[in-house]
Amino acid sequence: MAFEPRIVGFLCNWCSYAGADLAGVSRIQYPPNLRVIRVMCSGRVDPSVVLSILAEGADGVMITGCHIGDCHYIDGNLQAKRKYALTRHLAEKAGLEPGRLNLEWVSASEGQRFANLVREFTEQVRVLGPSPVSGDSPDPALQLNLNAAKAAAEGFRLRALVGKEEKLVTEGNIYGEEVSQEEWDQMMTEAVETEFTRHRIHLALKEHPTSVKALSERLSLPSKEILEHVVALRQRGMVDIQEIRGSSPIYMALEVPQ
Amino acid sequence: MTWKESSWPPAHPGPTNTSSSTPARRWGSTSTSSRWLTSVTSAAGCTCTSLRRRRRRRRTWSVAKARLLKPQEEPEIEIRPETLVIGGGISGITAAISLSNQGFLVHLIEKEEELGGMLLRLDRLFPTQIKSEELLKPRIEAIESDPNITVHTGTKVRDVSGFIGNFEVEVENRHDEIESLKVGTIIVATGAENLDPVGLYGYGEDSRIVTQLQLEEMIKDDGLGEFETVVMIQCVGSRNEERPYCSRVCCSEAMKNATMIRESHPESEVYILYRDLQTYGTSYTPLEWDAKKNFVKLVKYDAQRPPEVTPEDEAVWVSVYSPLLDEDITLKADLVVLSTPLIPRDDAKGLSQILKVPLNPDGFFMEAHVKLRPIDFATDGIYVCGTAHSPKEIGESVAQALGVASRAAIPMAQGNLRTAAIVSVVDESKCSGCGTCIELCPYNAIQKDETGIARVTAAVCKGCGVCGASCPERAITMQHFTNEQLEAQGLAALGRVDD
Repeated sequence: MAFEPRIVGFLCNWCSYAGADLAGVSRIQYPPNLRVIRVMCSGRVDPSVVLSILAEGADGVMITGCHIGDCHYIDGNLQAKRKYALTRHLAEKAGLEPGRLNLEWVSASEGQRFANLVREFTEQVRVLGPSPVSGDSPDPALQLNLNAAKAAAEGFRLRALVGKEEKLVTEGNIYGEEVSQEEWDQMMTEAVETEFTRHRIHLALKEHPTSVKALSERLSLPSKEILEHVVALRQRGMVDIQEIRGSSPIYMALEVPQ
Repeated sequence: MTWKESSWPPAHPGPTNTSSSTPARRWGSTSTSSRWLTSVTSAAGCTCTSLRRRRRRRRTWSVAKARLLKPQEEPEIEIRPETLVIGGGISGITAAISLSNQGFLVHLIEKEEELGGMLLRLDRLFPTQIKSEELLKPRIEAIESDPNITVHTGTKVRDVSGFIGNFEVEVENRHDEIESLKVGTIIVATGAENLDPVGLYGYGEDSRIVTQLQLEEMIKDDGLGEFETVVMIQCVGSRNEERPYCSRVCCSEAMKNATMIRESHPESEVYILYRDLQTYGTSYTPLEWDAKKNFVKLVKYDAQRPPEVTPEDEAVWVSVYSPLLDEDITLKADLVVLSTPLIPRDDAKGLSQILKVPLNPDGFFMEAHVKLRPIDFATDGIYVCGTAHSPKEIGESVAQALGVASRAAIPMAQGNLRTAAIVSVVDESKCSGCGTCIELCPYNAIQKDETGIARVTAAVCKGCGVCGASCPERAITMQHFTNEQLEAQGLAALGRVDD
C-alpha cells in the first residue's frame, strides 16, 4: 500500500478552523491526511505537545493561526511564532527533518489557501517518507532524542526564555538594555543545546544506570561535557550516584516530580 | 404597535431603563454544566468531501478528548438589549423598525447624509411598480419619530471590540467626532454598489451610453427626452472570469424599464441584448411576458462574441451577432443602456476586518453556513442582510432584514447567555510566581496575589491559552483544552488510543 502521511494539525478556532470549515462547505478537495485538532489560539500550541506527538510517530505536524495583526487574541500568533521556533529548533537538534513541521497563517475567508497549504504540506511529508519513529521498529536513537526534546520543552528554562522573548527583544530588559534578535538567538541556541543534552543524559540514565564513560560512548559526546552536565543534573536533583563500581561512579536518574 | 405597549420582553428590563447603565456581566452567577462533556468535531472542517471518500476513517480524536473532559463552571453574561444596525438602506431600515417594534433600542448608522440607500436612486420598483418613495417615506418617518431608534447619519464604524451581549463600538461622524456605543448585537446591512463599467461598450466616452441605474435616475427626473431606439445590453461586467456571479436583479429591471419606455414612448423601439434571461420565480417571469406583449425585442448574444458599440455623431451603432438567427444585426440607437451588476462596496473589506467576519471570494459578506445559518456570521451576535450579503432585489432584502431582526432578538429577549467556560486556572502548589504569564496575557487577566502567586480573573480571561502553553512551571491549565486532552487527541489521530 502506498505511504499515506499521518499529519496532525493544530488549527486556531477563529481564523484557521473557520478557514478549514470554509474549504469544507465550499467543497474544495484536499488530501485527508491532515487530522484536525482545534485549539482556541495558535499561541496555545505548547512545544511539548507537538514534540510529544512527533515522538509518538506523527509524520508531520502543521500549526495554523490568524495572519499577523489579525489575531483574535491581539498577538497570540506572535507567541505561536516564538514557540514554533523553539519546537523546530528542538526537533532539528533531535535529528528529525525540519520539513515535517509547518506553521502557516490562514484567515477565515481563505478556504482555498487552506486547501492548497494542506496539499503542499502533505506532498512535502510524502516525499520525506514515514517518520523514523513510526511503525513497529522505531529508530531507538531518534526516539530517545525526541523524548529528550519533549522533556526539554517541558523544562523551566526554555519555557521561561521563550515566554520572555517577545518582551526582551522588542522592549529590552528591566534595566532598559536592548537585546537584539541575533544576540537572543545565539543565547537560545546555547540554551537549547544544553537543555537538550541534559535531558538526553537524564533519559539515557533512566533506561539503565551507567558511568560517564559509557554515556560518552552511547551519546557520542566527550566525557568532559557529559560530566559537566551530570554535575548540573545532580544539583537539580535529577541524577544521583547509585554506586561506585571500580573507580568510576555509576549514575542513576531520579524521578522528577511533575 | 401592541408589542411596544406590552411589557415585552417580559422578565427582562426594558430598553428605556437600561440604556445608559453599563452592561452588568453577572460573573458572580455561575453554574456547572455538563455540556462541556461533549466534544464536537466539525465534519466540514475535516473536509466532508474527503470524509465521504474515506468513510473508514472515523473522527476518533474527538472521542479521545471527550474521555478526558470535565464539567465546567459557566459564567453568565447579560445581553444588552440594544442593537447596532450598520447601513440605512431598505434592509437596515426594515431591521431597525422590526427590532424597535419588539422593544429593543436601535442605533442606525448611515455613512451618507440621508437614509434610503440605493432606493433613493430608483424610480419604480418591480414587480408592483410602486414608486420607491412610497416604500421609503413612511418607513423613514416611522424611524424619525421612533424614540427607540437613534439615527446617526454621516457616520461610520471605526472600531468594534467585545463579544455578543457587550460589544463596544466606536463610531466617527463627519466632523471627526468619535462616539462610543455599547450594544448587544450588530447587524451588517451595508448594501452594495453598482458597477461603473468604465472601458466597457464605450461607457464614459459618450453621454448616450448609460448604466441601467443612470436610466432609472433619468426616468425619475423626467429627463428621458425624445428618442427612437433604445438598446439595453445585459451582463455587462458580470458572469465573466472577474465576476463569475449573476447579479440577479438586472434582467427583471431591464424588462421593467423596457416595458415602461414602450408604454411612455409608443413610437420607440426597445431592444434587450441578453446572454440568458433570468427573470426567475413567480413574480418576475410575468415581467418578461409584459415586455414581449409590449413588443420589446429580445436578442440573444454570444458571450464569446459580445456586441460592439460605436458612438458616432448621428447615432450610437450597436452591432451584435445573433446565434439564433446566425447573422449579424446592426442597430442604430439613440440610447444604449448597460445592465451592470451590484458589486461589494469599497469599504466592505475594512468593515470585515473591524468586525472580524469573512467576505466570500466575490467580496460580499459571507454567512456562517449557506443553508443552516444563512443570515448569521460565525461570530456570535453579528448578522448580515440585504445586498451586503449578495445581489438581491428589494423583496428579498426586506425578507432577510426581518430575518436578522428575529435572529438578533433571540439572545436579547433571553437577556443572558452562558458563556464558554474556557478560562485558565493556576495550580497554586506549582506556581513559583515568575510572572511569565502576567507579561504574556493579552487581556491583563492575570495578577499576582499578596502571596506572590498568579491569579486568573475568570471574567476577563478570554481563553486563548497562551499562558498555559508558556508557564515555565506548567502550573496553568487551560480548561477544555488541556495538554493531556491535546496529546490524547494527537495520539488518537495517529490511530493510537491509550486505555
